[in-house]
Amino acid sequence: MLLSMRFERRHIISMKDFTRDEMDYILDRAAKLEPLARGGRSDLLAGKILALLFYEPSTRTRMSFETAMLRLGGNVLNLGSKEATSIVKGETLADMIRVVSTYSDAIVQRHPSEGSALMAAEFSLVPIINGGDGAGHHPTQTLLDLYTIRKESHLDNLDIAIVGDLKYGRTVHSLTYALSLYGANITLVSPPQLKMPDQIKADLKARGARVSETENLEEILNNIDVLYMTRIQKERFPDPTEYKKVAGAYKITTGHLENVRDSMIIMHPLPRVYEIDGSVDTSSHARYFEQSFYGVPIRMALLTIVMGVEV
Amino acid sequence: MRAEKELRVRPIRNGTVIDRILAGQSMNVLKILRIKGAYSEVVTMAMNVPSKALGQKDIVKIENRELEEKELDKISLISPGATINIIRDFEVADKYQVELPEIVESMVKCINPNCISNTNEPVTSKFEVKKDPVQLRCIYCENIITESIAEHLL
Repeated sequence: MLLSMRFERRHIISMKDFTRDEMDYILDRAAKLEPLARGGRSDLLAGKILALLFYEPSTRTRMSFETAMLRLGGNVLNLGSKEATSIVKGETLADMIRVVSTYSDAIVQRHPSEGSALMAAEFSLVPIINGGDGAGHHPTQTLLDLYTIRKESHLDNLDIAIVGDLKYGRTVHSLTYALSLYGANITLVSPPQLKMPDQIKADLKARGARVSETENLEEILNNIDVLYMTRIQKERFPDPTEYKKVAGAYKITTGHLENVRDSMIIMHPLPRVYEIDGSVDTSSHARYFEQSFYGVPIRMALLTIVMGVEV
Repeated sequence: MRAEKELRVRPIRNGTVIDRILAGQSMNVLKILRIKGAYSEVVTMAMNVPSKALGQKDIVKIENRELEEKELDKISLISPGATINIIRDFEVADKYQVELPEIVESMVKCINPNCISNTNEPVTSKFEVKKDPVQLRCIYCENIITESIAEHLL
């Protein structure tokens, strides 16, 4: 079966549903569409409607989906604020999906409960794209991360360090899973209380990734191709002084970059708080704003794929 | 075998003998079968009975009752090696081991309070079952239950 046929009308719920071939197919499609994402205009999705159901705040995910749809000539329907909808009347997500899926050609959803996207898929007449389900999955973030790595570095024989909250961070779990299919050499850098759960590590090794762990960021900085920083959330620490200590230990400044590989790139899913000093923004290693932009071609690719439009 | 015979105080005429229950799980078996103080039939329970194969085991005998599939599935989750003996007129009419299902639906509550199956949405809990040891993986949120499964039975 053609890959494109496997995707048509398919839900995008978790990276675990994808083979490496399928991921490559999406990344190739995104590369084709990138010129349009940079300001072009197309009618590929003319007459199509994308519904955005965001039950939780979102800036980049929501706006980049809107941009992707508008650049491809389609239209978007926004749920708007919760107060203005029937959610305040106690309407279930299932009912909302049953209704909205009759108004649209695909739905992007962000909802605070884990498993909500999978449940939505059970009730929807149109493809559901998971824009984040609580601490669960966020597959479009992972795909844009992969796209950034492929474009700005390389996916094969990759040495990557992932830094920060590796215990609760949903983006990190999906990303490491996807990288394991490329046989990446992954170094996990975190304070002891935010280490990646053992079960996920075992899973990654079983899938072919090489995984090591350290608490010391400086120790590995000079031997990696990609430094993937994440935010450490204050609320994970009962003691504020402990938080400050940890946040300080995982902060990147230009001083750290003196002996890194020339081609090393720094990524961050944003928003950042203290993890990357502003002075790093102008260094040749910073790629987090490009990464954020790559969300547009990736989401364009996904929208054309699930809506069954050839590019 | 002799020790077993001595403990089987009285053979039952009709009903079910659940044998080879993991030692310590017989109270949970009674819970699954919703057998409480007001239950009217004769129920015999033996705990920590010496067993060649298991070291120790529990046994539950219930008169005038044959178990439903859902009850058998629940028992398999807490004691996968349990055997069921259907007794009719003092004879063993049927004997089999409980079988772990591949998927259990509406039987176990997910341990993750933030799972969609623990909300007012019209979905029931659903788990994939792994064997040796029994592991339940929530289809929705992927949380895994490995210990004290009995505490999460619905």
